[in-house]
Amino acid sequence: MRSLLKYLAEYKKETVLAPLFKLLEVVFELTVPLVMARLIDVGILGHREDVILQMGGLLALLGFAGFVSAITAQFFAARAAVGFAANVRMALFHKIQGFSFSQLDSIGTKTLTTRLTSDVNLAQNGVNMVLRLILRSPFVIAGATIMAFSVDVRAAFIFVAVIPLLSLIVFLIMRGTGPLYKQAQGRLDEVLMHTRENLIGARVIRAFNREEAESREFDEVNGALTRTQRVTGAIAGLLNPLTQVVVNIGIIVLIATGAARVDSGALTQGQVVALLNYMSQILIELVKFANLIVTISRAMASADRISQVLAEPDPEDDGEKNIASDAQEDVPAVCFDHVSLRYTGAGAEALHDIDFSARAGETVGIIGGTGSGKSSLVHLIPRFYNATEGAVRVFGDDVRTLRSQSLRQAIGMVFQKVELFAGTIRENLSFGKASGEDSGEQGVSAADRAVIEEALAASQAAEFVGEKPGGAEYVLAQGARNLSGGQRQRLSIARALMRRPRILILDDAASALDFATDLKLRTAIRGLSGSMTIFIVSQRVPSVRFCDRILVLDKGHLVGQGTHEELLESCEVYKEIYSSQFMEDASQEAVS
Amino acid sequence: MSGRQKTGKKGTLRRILKYISGYRLSLAFSLLLSVITVGCALYIPKLSGEVVDFMLGPGKVDFPEVFRTCLRIGIAAGILAVAQWLVNVLNNRMTWGVVEKLRRDAFSRIGHLPLSYIDTHPSGDILSRVVADVDTFADGLLMGFTQFFTGVCTILGTFLFMLSVNVWITLIVVVLTPLSFVTAFFISRITSRMFAEQARVRGEQTAFIDERIGGQRVVAAFGKEKAQEETFAEVNERLRKCSLKATFYSSLTNPTTRFINALVYMGIGVGGAYFALHGVITVGKLAAFLSYASQYTKPFNEISGVVTELQNAIACAERIFELIDENPEVPDPHDAVVPAQHRGEIVFENVSFSYTKDRKLIEDLNLTVKPGQRVAIVGPTGSGKTTLVNLLMRFYDVDAGEIRVDGVPIRNMKRRDLRDMYGMVLQETWLKTGTIRENIGFGASGASEDVMARVLEAAKTCHADDFISRLGDGYYTRVSDDGDQLSQGQRQLLCIARVMASDPSMLILDEATSSIDTRTELKIQDAFEALMKGRTSFIVAHRLSTIRNADCILVMKDGRVIEQGTHQELLAAGGFYRMLYQSQFAGEAI
Repeated sequence: MRSLLKYLAEYKKETVLAPLFKLLEVVFELTVPLVMARLIDVGILGHREDVILQMGGLLALLGFAGFVSAITAQFFAARAAVGFAANVRMALFHKIQGFSFSQLDSIGTKTLTTRLTSDVNLAQNGVNMVLRLILRSPFVIAGATIMAFSVDVRAAFIFVAVIPLLSLIVFLIMRGTGPLYKQAQGRLDEVLMHTRENLIGARVIRAFNREEAESREFDEVNGALTRTQRVTGAIAGLLNPLTQVVVNIGIIVLIATGAARVDSGALTQGQVVALLNYMSQILIELVKFANLIVTISRAMASADRISQVLAEPDPEDDGEKNIASDAQEDVPAVCFDHVSLRYTGAGAEALHDIDFSARAGETVGIIGGTGSGKSSLVHLIPRFYNATEGAVRVFGDDVRTLRSQSLRQAIGMVFQKVELFAGTIRENLSFGKASGEDSGEQGVSAADRAVIEEALAASQAAEFVGEKPGGAEYVLAQGARNLSGGQRQRLSIARALMRRPRILILDDAASALDFATDLKLRTAIRGLSGSMTIFIVSQRVPSVRFCDRILVLDKGHLVGQGTHEELLESCEVYKEIYSSQFMEDASQEAVS
Repeated sequence: MSGRQKTGKKGTLRRILKYISGYRLSLAFSLLLSVITVGCALYIPKLSGEVVDFMLGPGKVDFPEVFRTCLRIGIAAGILAVAQWLVNVLNNRMTWGVVEKLRRDAFSRIGHLPLSYIDTHPSGDILSRVVADVDTFADGLLMGFTQFFTGVCTILGTFLFMLSVNVWITLIVVVLTPLSFVTAFFISRITSRMFAEQARVRGEQTAFIDERIGGQRVVAAFGKEKAQEETFAEVNERLRKCSLKATFYSSLTNPTTRFINALVYMGIGVGGAYFALHGVITVGKLAAFLSYASQYTKPFNEISGVVTELQNAIACAERIFELIDENPEVPDPHDAVVPAQHRGEIVFENVSFSYTKDRKLIEDLNLTVKPGQRVAIVGPTGSGKTTLVNLLMRFYDVDAGEIRVDGVPIRNMKRRDLRDMYGMVLQETWLKTGTIRENIGFGASGASEDVMARVLEAAKTCHADDFISRLGDGYYTRVSDDGDQLSQGQRQLLCIARVMASDPSMLILDEATSSIDTRTELKIQDAFEALMKGRTSFIVAHRLSTIRNADCILVMKDGRVIEQGTHQELLAAGGFYRMLYQSQFAGEAI
């Protein structure tokens, strides 16, 4: 929680003023019993009607003054809390923007979403409550005690004894329930996960007739959640009764000692009423306080979860250089200099001693078995991960010395897993434009339209986009659920082409396309521009066989590079891959 | 339960009560104890008020009475504490029990929903019903249990106590207090609009976050972090503004009602003083009155809060019941039949099917698959290949015609029995959160050692054993559906091993090897061969090498089977298949 306080700094004024006005309200409120005591002692016992009316007027005035201060306090508290939440959200969002791919892998994007939404909301609630109410209770309690002192010092010592006892109870119960709330939150996460899993895996679960087993598992998780919640409730439910007992004991002592002092004339009847009033005010305040503690405990748990994300290490320093604008002939577009990669926390190396270079304009195919490191290799080019050994150079510069913005600007990346966003096709494609040339979301210029058309044509998406109502203005649902897998892949290729990248990376980007479309796609991309360096990651020999250079990976090792023909001669692994796909049809090759 | 019930607010309330009725005894106890709690809570101020009258001044203190009253206060306080704690425990027990049952019902409904529902409804929406809505409902219910009833009791009790003390002053209180209730009501009316606006903007922001953080890798790859932050900042600022309004205006309720209470308090003070002047009441009674007055008004505020909370809870319950009431799959027939003999003959007779009324997909499909045949289905995207799988497994029911397995229409079989016959591998590599062993043994039943043996064997035959043993905890490595520790291909291998371990009598492979490299595929081919031997199997694939050996290839286009035959026959025929096949060898410059 403490680490989040800096997001309140901007609202220093509010965080001081809100409790201050709260204090003012309490002062007015605490004056009420005094006025009432005077009304009784002087007004009633002294038979003074004028005093009764005066005091009545004063009571109304006090009420109004309290009302005004309360509203002022609420306003400042709301402003601080809401502003705090906005700041935290912004900071979190910013933090996540800077996350490296390794961080995204290890934290998981789903939990980041809940932290940005529900956790921040809970924390906002917490701040608001703290500013508004938590301070009120101590004020009232302290104020009531001070007032008690002003009435009678000896009686006031009862208050002094009661208050630490009450604080202790509150403290112990908070300590007891805190971890339980966290546990409950964790169990709720499990319930969520289990439900999500059953929705996404519905087909497989039914195919294996596992519905009942899944239900049983759910019942277990659900039952565990219920047990935690019940135990938490039972402990939290102790707060009110325990504090009541303490306060009532205080009242009894107050009466017993008060009786003797009234008898001896040290106290008046009205003063006893005032003291009793103060004691019951403490009691009422405590009941409110008890209800608040639940909110606060939840807010604290959420604040913890937020702090965890914010405490993630910042990304390594970005490079400072911009990418070389025009490549010299002799400088390779991409060069791997004895590169090895080991993912954080992984045992074995994903890539080992990869060494090759690709000229500008070259088409490089990357082929290899499942888990051979193909994706890992291309992910090093835009520096999604840092090489553990060796260096990756793009247009002559080590990627670690380049500004990642500038580096990634030059690269068009198409991922294995397609991510399109809700919005029109045009908006999705515009996302691919380099940041500098973003002409704003509105206003489609003719030039824009031409670029979009070109990208759609090259990615073989023009036809199906044309068939959609509204064409490029067709609205995609979240996750582009209203498109087929192949259509999504083609749009994500079109998006990457929008920036006219100098390096295009297709990471198994055509797996959902049939061979005929795949072929048209590759031909069209090649026709786009002469100097684009293209990386094609694929499992299929036909997709890479006409590449200028083919890299063959096996378990993270580069076991061969060259043209299709060369590799068929020299590379065992490639030969095996080839024959696995073409077996007895090797003779059919002539068909092309 | 069949069919969607028209549930209004009343209907929902009745159903909530039905859920609660399982806790009738607890509820009765809770209510009884609440009455005791309220009684004690009100009795104590009465006593402490009376006690003041026993100490009129110096030398005029009735000590025995004072001590007797103190004793009474002590006893009342003790009973109060115990009763209150029990009420808390009981209410918690009831709430979480009801919630557990509700969640269980909602979840078990998911297992029986037709797949068309799951396919067409965003999973986030269903999720929020089972988790978030149930949670909000719980909050409301708990508040309702604890505060609503005690609130009403307190109001009634105080009213009676005040009446017993003095009728006239009671009248002052009764006339003035509804004011605070009315005010609270007005404020909540006004703020509900602001809350709606806040919810809308918050929803907008959540959707953005959900999508963009989920796609963070793409955002980073395109260097769009800055642009995205700007968009976020804009929504964030809007949210801040409307949250401020909603938060501030809703927080006016308490000070306003407190102000009105202060006026009530003053009214009692002044009015009471005049009565006291004329000897109608004693000072002690006035003191008791004053403390009742503050107790009397408090529940009004609370109840107005609880009412909003309850409305919210009912709205959530409605959404949950909507899910629970969703039409389930057509139930299995009572007189379900199991084919006398498993031969594996499958017949499609005049089958028509479409996902939506306006777009026809499969029309009048006829097909006979002989026992043990290997059928490959090829065709462009959207031609209906996967749909066939949906129909075979009865994930969807045909619109017309019928499908028979070994002479029995699948409509007349239990889904369980039908699905037991098939082993299915899909392109989507869904894995359950759990260990690899659990995942491979997903469909296997039997003793734990037996299952483990089969898991090992299946993993070895699919050549998955190699990478599994290289993982940190081997077969006990935990995986999940969205974990990134496994590649697509590795996940697919696990899915294949999963089917192998379950030893089905027919096979459906829908793009089962699309992410596996061909060398590994070749290696597991033997295993597939062994698995398919003598078993009817359906293979959907893009990669033509996978399907060359099929006994029968169905070429689908636009929901129809346009060509049918063996690889050689189809190539010779020179039709669509030949075109598809050849394109994989073609290509020039790239």
